[in-house]
Amino acid sequence: MNAPFRVGAIALALAISASAHGATTLTVASFPSLDEGIKAAIPLYKKIKPDVEIKLVSLAFGDHHNAMTTALATGSNLPDVMAVEVGFIGKFAESGGLEDLNLAPYNAKQYANKFSKFTIPQATGGSGKLAALPVDIGPGALFYRKDLLDKAGVSEAELTKSWDGFVEAGKKVKAATGAYLLANAGAIKDIYIRSGLKDGEGIYFNSKGEIEVTSPRFVKAFELAKAARTAGIDGKIGAWSNEWSEGFKRGQIATEMMGAWLAGHLASWIAPNTKGLWRSAQLPGGSFGSYGGSYYAIPTKAANKAEAWEFIKFLSLNKDMQIEAFRKLDAFPALIEAQNDQFLDQPIEFLGGQKARQLWKVSADKIPAVDVDKFDPIAAEIVNAELEKVLEQNKDIKQALADAKSQIERRVRRK
Amino acid sequence: MSTSLPDNPATAPTARPAKRKLQPWQWVPYVFISPFFIIFAVFGVFPLLFSVYLAFHTWDPSLGMGAMQYVGFENFSFVLGDDWFQKSLYNTFWLSIVSGLPQHLVAIPLAYFLNTAFSRWRNAVTGLYFLPFITSTVAISLVFSSLFSRDFGVVNLVLTGLGHWSVFGIQPLSWLFPTTNVDWGRPEYTKWMISFVVFWRFVGWNTVLYMSALQTIPKDLYEAATMDGASKKQQFWYITLPLLKPMMFVAVTLTIIGNLQLFEEPFIITGGTGGIDQAGKTAAMHMYNTAFVDSDFGTASAIAWLLFVIIAALTWGNNKLFARKD
Repeated sequence: MNAPFRVGAIALALAISASAHGATTLTVASFPSLDEGIKAAIPLYKKIKPDVEIKLVSLAFGDHHNAMTTALATGSNLPDVMAVEVGFIGKFAESGGLEDLNLAPYNAKQYANKFSKFTIPQATGGSGKLAALPVDIGPGALFYRKDLLDKAGVSEAELTKSWDGFVEAGKKVKAATGAYLLANAGAIKDIYIRSGLKDGEGIYFNSKGEIEVTSPRFVKAFELAKAARTAGIDGKIGAWSNEWSEGFKRGQIATEMMGAWLAGHLASWIAPNTKGLWRSAQLPGGSFGSYGGSYYAIPTKAANKAEAWEFIKFLSLNKDMQIEAFRKLDAFPALIEAQNDQFLDQPIEFLGGQKARQLWKVSADKIPAVDVDKFDPIAAEIVNAELEKVLEQNKDIKQALADAKSQIERRVRRK
Repeated sequence: MSTSLPDNPATAPTARPAKRKLQPWQWVPYVFISPFFIIFAVFGVFPLLFSVYLAFHTWDPSLGMGAMQYVGFENFSFVLGDDWFQKSLYNTFWLSIVSGLPQHLVAIPLAYFLNTAFSRWRNAVTGLYFLPFITSTVAISLVFSSLFSRDFGVVNLVLTGLGHWSVFGIQPLSWLFPTTNVDWGRPEYTKWMISFVVFWRFVGWNTVLYMSALQTIPKDLYEAATMDGASKKQQFWYITLPLLKPMMFVAVTLTIIGNLQLFEEPFIITGGTGGIDQAGKTAAMHMYNTAFVDSDFGTASAIAWLLFVIIAALTWGNNKLFARKD
């Protein structure tokens, strides 16, 4: 009877003394590899705020966003600081569960022009509510295998001058080396529908909420993708599949268009054996787009909002921290001050000593502030399905886009 | 245990004889059994009832509990008229039949063979056939998608190797086997590939079910049949098959339920998208995508209940079919 009570009393005493030591425990929910940034931040933050304990809860990318969706739905188990990837920010920004950082006590409006201009509109909901602050961005870049292009006698200028030139270059590469120019023709469509947009315009929906998929932008995007497929220069491979990474390892795919962070992935796990063979360039046809990007938000029901805000400011607005994350996980900083750091002048060994980070900065400056819609993921799914029909079953492009439009109308029935 | 309880347990019933009051040692069994009921209520009954409720509402969970709106049967009418749902249902039935039927057609003779041919090693051999069933679906699907890889897969390596096999400069097998790599991700192959994986995975499970039924068939029936001059084939046809019928009912029911809820194999093999032209997208995948990609939990719940109705109807039909003569 007595012994359990004594154990309980000791446990209670320990718990009290433990909580007395670390004044605040800040829970941060994140996902790999963004959580590496938090791991790097913990010792640095400890120096500034020794009394704040940071507890990192990290789940796989999909699981993290599902868990956060559930937590927002029920208002329980919410962290103090929540990581949100750009694909989910449109959805979460509309949610009532995140603090509006434009309001007091945060007053984040004053920091808006410290970040790449396209980041803040992405995290802003319909009513002008700012849901999160950006930490890293993914300026779109073209990566190409210099050795394969040299073998085919194709110069970088030929490759990137125009989209038609890109397809022509692909034929030469295929003939000379047998390698595919790109993994999937759909990638051309993905970039083309994002290029030429002005600030405030949406990809699938315009500012009036009308569906844009039958516009010339989509017609041309589908035509280019079809041309690449007809020329036989794409591998019909989905990104992140086994075929895809194996294709890079064996030099079967000559280019890839993605966020600047791809260089880090190629170097660390996809194709470390191809070190020095890759180079980076701007996207073909003068296109600029953003691929991925991460944000941190504060849930309305968080326990330590003030401390959470201090920590987010440290992650987003502290130049040293931004550079540290850039160094550790190739996360291109969202903070303009960090983008002007000398670190960007360092050559990248994997890219044959190219100073590619300067190139990516140019891209980051030119990316338009595209308006994000909550229904973008559904529209993207429908457009992709119709593109497959065009590529695989020779469906008429005009017809496919008209079908896509009526599908989107049907599926966003409650907009 | 009962030190803090009243000394005289008999006083309580006598005080209020009309109402039977449980004594502490009488409700202890209920306490012991309660974990199951609590867990079942939280993780079984509640989600079930909640999804009924959701099916009549629109709800995007990231907007919070307050965002639910009653819409009546709109979710159901939307799903029934939705060509993606119809397509996923068609795929589900296609996969159910093509992967399900061979499972039983192979498992029954296989079980009969294992039961008669092996005596000492029977359990070991059965275990080998059962192995795929207890292996992680994710691991299986990943291994198969590498085997079926277009440019680097073993399947294509073997097929094209046979196609290119040449004797004195002619390739006698090139008419039968492909000479260039087959793209198994194309819509016309996706369903076959998924069916093969599902078949491979569950054939052992069904074999075990049928073997357990075979062992309950009395030996004297076979002895009597042998005395009467019945051949092995006749014994199988007139004794084994009819007596396996109850187990066939169980196994086919399990296959119907399992195949109509097919999710993991197609999800991993097609990378979660259903593949080109959604050729490998099952109804369960469509439900998942509606909930977690489109954030439309109301419609997803409606899909879930429509699937339930279909599965229940098929199970009922199966019951009629097998239970007819009993």
